[in-house]
Amino acid sequence: MALTRNDVEQIANLARLELTGTQTAMYQQQLSDILNYADMLDQLDLEGVEPTTQAVTMRNVLRADVVETTLTMDEVLANAPQKANNQFVIQAVLDE
Amino acid sequence: MKLTDLTLTELRDALRRGETSSVEATQAVLDRIDAVDPAVKSYLTLTPENALADAAAADKRRAAGDDSPLLGVPVGVKDIICTKGVQTTAGSKILEGFVPPYDAFVVEQLKKTGAVILGKTNTDEFAMGSSTENSAYMTTSNPWDVTRVPGGSSGGSAAAVSAQLGYAALGSDTGGSVRQPASFCGVVGIRPTYGRMSRWGVIAYASSLDQVGCFGRTVADTTAIFQATAGHDPHDSTSLSVAVPDYEAALTGDIKGLRVGVPKEYFVEGLNPETEKAVRAAIAQLADLGAEIVEISLPHTEYALPVYYLIAPAEASANLARYEGTRFGPRVTGDDMISTVKKTRALFGEEVQRRIMLGTYALSAGYYDAYYGRALKARTLIKNDFKKAFEQVDVIASPTTPTTAFKIGDKTDDPLSMYLNDIFTVSLNLSASCGLSVPCGFDAAGLPIGLQLIGDTLQEATILNAAYAYESATQFYKQTPNIKL
Repeated sequence: MALTRNDVEQIANLARLELTGTQTAMYQQQLSDILNYADMLDQLDLEGVEPTTQAVTMRNVLRADVVETTLTMDEVLANAPQKANNQFVIQAVLDE
Repeated sequence: MKLTDLTLTELRDALRRGETSSVEATQAVLDRIDAVDPAVKSYLTLTPENALADAAAADKRRAAGDDSPLLGVPVGVKDIICTKGVQTTAGSKILEGFVPPYDAFVVEQLKKTGAVILGKTNTDEFAMGSSTENSAYMTTSNPWDVTRVPGGSSGGSAAAVSAQLGYAALGSDTGGSVRQPASFCGVVGIRPTYGRMSRWGVIAYASSLDQVGCFGRTVADTTAIFQATAGHDPHDSTSLSVAVPDYEAALTGDIKGLRVGVPKEYFVEGLNPETEKAVRAAIAQLADLGAEIVEISLPHTEYALPVYYLIAPAEASANLARYEGTRFGPRVTGDDMISTVKKTRALFGEEVQRRIMLGTYALSAGYYDAYYGRALKARTLIKNDFKKAFEQVDVIASPTTPTTAFKIGDKTDDPLSMYLNDIFTVSLNLSASCGLSVPCGFDAAGLPIGLQLIGDTLQEATILNAAYAYESATQFYKQTPNIKL
């Protein structure tokens, strides 16, 4: 499967990546090569095969509903690039 | 004999007999790091003050009668594993300056069992790579030839153990990132069954495949650190609530009657003839030791790599969505929130961007069924291959990698050729198996070759004992690299 330049720009936008023109061209070629390689899977008859999403099958792992000590607010916020009033600060997302 | 020449188990015996102290051993390793690591570049962050303080505390504990399993033993930890109060970057600029507020479970276990942590070892960014060349900070060198890569992504840990800059180390293995560098650096590396180790505090790459692994110079050394760090952790609901057996006691060296499967699909074109020769000789050695050799088939082997390179990037694209400069890491401010997120995410390196995009595409509307959905189904076939094989045999033997260590810079322009390095290691991660790499000789250039031994679900004791029997008969670990400074 060959990707177009437009495909790469769209994927980059979905993934919130900002690419330069040279990067877009490079990824267009490389991602197309990798997807062509992955097309090898078309040789397999997968009709009726169940998907595997985990290596060792586990289901409904529960624990006792007991309150535990967690990180303090200072610890949680310690690595934030910007914080105020015990909160992470980001730019406004919605207009007034 | 220098203190750094001792294996972990030899050091442990010497500490027990009071012939040396943890402070002496730790200082000896730190001195060797000062002398040798400028050439090897295995540690991203060193914590000598913490290490010496922990060593002194270990000596005090020992004087008071404590004999914890790793008491006073200096080790390294891959920089993808969180260490409280010590910068953890995952080899990425997007986590530069990140200081975790808590220890990973496996680090807690190291501390509990008395280990002394020397520092954080280099890794490909977010564990995505096979050479450490994707680290945003530096490329580690192979101690056997500093112009070559140590393998990856846990290349820093493998190189540190090989160069005697730590008696053991932790790494992580999503598609071969412990076994491949172990093979390239001539050390032992185990990737346990998914769920045997806790992933709590391990920075996520592909959550259904990630697993912590262990490095040592010998099988017994590797077993010691594995024994100390394995086990159930209530914080990781995918860690298995299964008792940890006494792996060290399982190292008897007796493999009479062990059924060893040799998968024909692993001895194909592209396998270096010298590697094939060494691995065939290793299999013959296992037979000499009493194992029964059985030719087997893992018919879907060739599909493992494309399956892996769809599933892992898909999971990565979701896991790495959290890096947008809000809760941790640097922020690059733009005109609005979206542009800030995009500018901040420009701190990701090329390989990480490539995998995020590949994963985003494989999961996107219209392509999900064709790529991610098909990969999940093909994963079932690969998992079933192993299930069937382990009805016939106890252990599967193969080369760990198709070639020995390649030159730094050789494969950086061609991602697909870099991915082909993982061809013998990825299948295991897609299944419920465990595996290790143990040195099985050298090529004409003097570069180490690794034998991969794969075991069924939670059969780590079986593969460790097989490796131990083989190692006892061959003793390749006694050869150490002559590092060109």
